[in-house]
Amino acid sequence: MSKTPLPDDKAMLDDIAAIVEKTGCERKNLIPVLQNIQDRFLYLSEDAIKILSGHFGLSSCEIYGVATFYNQFRFNPPGKHQVKICLGTACHVKGGDIILENFERKLKIKTGHTTEDREFSIDKVACIGCCALAPAVVIDEKTHAHMTPTKIEGIFLGYEIEKEMKIREEKKRDDKDTPA
Amino acid sequence: MIDTIIDRINIAYAALKSGADEIAAARKSSPDPKIYIGMATCGRAAGAAEIDGIIRGLLSELDVKADIIHTGCIGHCYAEPIVIVDDPRHGFPPIMYYNVTPGKANLIVRAYIGRGDPLYEHLLGAMTENELIPSVMGFPRFGMEERLVTEHCGHIDPEDIQEYISLGGYSSLARALVMDPIKIIDELKKSGLRGRGGAGFPSWKKLDVAGSAQSEKKIIICNADEGDPGAYMDRTIIESNPHQLLEGMAIAARSIGASSGIIYIRHEYPLAVKIMRKALDDAAGLNLLGNSILGSDFSLDLEIFQGSGAFVCGEETALILSVEGHRGMPRMRPPFPAEKGLGGKPTVINNVKTLSTIPAIIKNGGEWFSKIGTSDSPGTAIFSIVGNVVHAGLVEIPMGVSLRRLIFDICGGIPNQKKFKAVQIGGPSGGCLPEIFLDIPIDFDSILEAGAMMGSGGMVVMDGDTCMVDVARYFLEFTQRESCGKCTFCRIGTKHLLTILEKITKGEGAMSDLDTLESLSKEIRRGSLCGLGKTAPNPVLTTLQYFRSEYIAHIEEKRCPALKCRALTAFYIDLDKCARGCDACVGSCPVECIFTAKGRKKGIDQSVCVKCGECVTACPKEYDAVKRISPAWKVPIVEKIKESH
Repeated sequence: MSKTPLPDDKAMLDDIAAIVEKTGCERKNLIPVLQNIQDRFLYLSEDAIKILSGHFGLSSCEIYGVATFYNQFRFNPPGKHQVKICLGTACHVKGGDIILENFERKLKIKTGHTTEDREFSIDKVACIGCCALAPAVVIDEKTHAHMTPTKIEGIFLGYEIEKEMKIREEKKRDDKDTPA
Repeated sequence: MIDTIIDRINIAYAALKSGADEIAAARKSSPDPKIYIGMATCGRAAGAAEIDGIIRGLLSELDVKADIIHTGCIGHCYAEPIVIVDDPRHGFPPIMYYNVTPGKANLIVRAYIGRGDPLYEHLLGAMTENELIPSVMGFPRFGMEERLVTEHCGHIDPEDIQEYISLGGYSSLARALVMDPIKIIDELKKSGLRGRGGAGFPSWKKLDVAGSAQSEKKIIICNADEGDPGAYMDRTIIESNPHQLLEGMAIAARSIGASSGIIYIRHEYPLAVKIMRKALDDAAGLNLLGNSILGSDFSLDLEIFQGSGAFVCGEETALILSVEGHRGMPRMRPPFPAEKGLGGKPTVINNVKTLSTIPAIIKNGGEWFSKIGTSDSPGTAIFSIVGNVVHAGLVEIPMGVSLRRLIFDICGGIPNQKKFKAVQIGGPSGGCLPEIFLDIPIDFDSILEAGAMMGSGGMVVMDGDTCMVDVARYFLEFTQRESCGKCTFCRIGTKHLLTILEKITKGEGAMSDLDTLESLSKEIRRGSLCGLGKTAPNPVLTTLQYFRSEYIAHIEEKRCPALKCRALTAFYIDLDKCARGCDACVGSCPVECIFTAKGRKKGIDQSVCVKCGECVTACPKEYDAVKRISPAWKVPIVEKIKESH
């Protein structure tokens, strides 16, 4: 993933305070700063909203009112791998809802949620603009075209293999490091 | 005094042009092969970045020098990733290769660039007329289009301002700078250009109102908040030719005397935002934006605002509120934004396509434009045509072409020998038109009359396997979620419409529901302030009008004629067709509900089946044993045999 992984909360809040500090406190800066925070930390935490509330002189509920109005903002941290399922018209016509359901079943979570180990999260997105490739799914930055339930199994198998490889490599490295 | 300003502008532009021409000439005279790769979002999704890497790797391996140019999107989505190779050393014209896989990329470099074999079996056509390879223009999807706004899309590097200038770009701005602002509006009035955002409001009127308003500050906004699911032409235009939009925006700003402007782009379009940022910097660097543009007395500062994803923000007043940092909820009009908009200042908001059309109008004159298309809807229409259609993608045609010609002649009709059922025009605000409307001309008024709407230009073609009740439910689900909640009828009414439609798709509807749908739809139209609520019932009303029998089948027989609604259909395996011992379907089932029945044939456990249809795909074509049936209770029962060892 190209984006910053979740840092510990304290560092995140300091960072947010620094971002907010640099922003003017006119109302028109509210949405850009929300976007800024979300871009960096992938979600808006309760504390982040509190910091903004102090900065803009608006109540937290006013800021929540704006943030929840727009689809972009999320209020819980996403998984390490973000699964975004396109439900634009073309994908719907070609069975995007079936793909969504399969991901939900496979990961045992509902749309908008994150798995307990924080590995995966599922989100619906409106058209991602590759209608000719419908049904399409974006995982992290990669677009998977013409999805089928069987392909989903394949994708997860890929992630499992990747994880396993990493563990083995680390083990190998550890073995090397420890003198025999 | 005036002469000197005009001279100054002309000299400044001439200097820019000759500089750009020099660069273009140098590129043209270089003997190196030129490789154009479509790298807009759609191309990348199809794997263009990977192809780019492979081609670069091979070129350096073979030690061939080549000029690789990343273009935007040419609009032929079905053919992505697209690579155009111009290698004059071999005596062939520029060749377009389609659906380029890593293997094909390898062949293109080794066989064509390396040895001069044009790979007839893999090419789509030549880009110019010639005697060696058929030109793509002979292909209806190319030849029957008329590209006015998207002319350069996919052919030029969107991040290279010099290339745009060398093609005559920004000449219309230079001309507009020496024109009286009123003359610019007059020219647009003559052209008859209507707003491409959906409603088709005459563009000059907005400019005229804002132009004559008395205010020390005026604002121009480009609406690129394309929220319609299934429409992506605004994104394509920005990603493929951003300077054309900037030029149009600057001309419009000049006509009303706006000194600042905003390009409102959806945050879901990160590439478009990135390309637009670069375009703004480049244009400012050449003094095509900023203070005293090209030495004139006109200054314009443009900035990007990223929309946060709310469909309703496509509405002008909602868009303005969201820029101001509020919830994007439309307000009453008047006052119109052209009188009182962003920060109370006169504001003109135009769609990407409208603004991108303006440079051509200033260049060729309003009268020229008014002769394209029909008299009431002059110009071209850009559609993103998707769904069950062979050559999906972005199409630009003159207004007045019939739907039949667009869908069947230009876009190749319906794939897999299936029958045309309906075409959905205008996204969630539009409607579904059946076959009888195929011969109506495409223009703002004819489509509105038929019950649909031009909208932003999304068009979804549906074949016989599409359930119209489900389509209506899908669009209602969207508008219901996107309703801002201000008007009661829109907020609660759409919710009720959706609940009723959901009931019907589950086979729980009653005939009286149809009357409720109709009357409620009309109330929602009447009781809503903005376009979202006023048009939200369109998908319901048009499907009810043209496909009523499907609703009745769902309600009375609990049957979905298209075998689409999952609550009303069931899958079963035809034991007469199922091959003994073939296990193809078993592995494909995500919920493992396929068991072995008598005679080593297979059966489906109906209590577990999630009706995903994967077994249909898995079953070998020669058996074709997995069937769908509706109503679901008619499904034949297959006995499970007791497991014995």
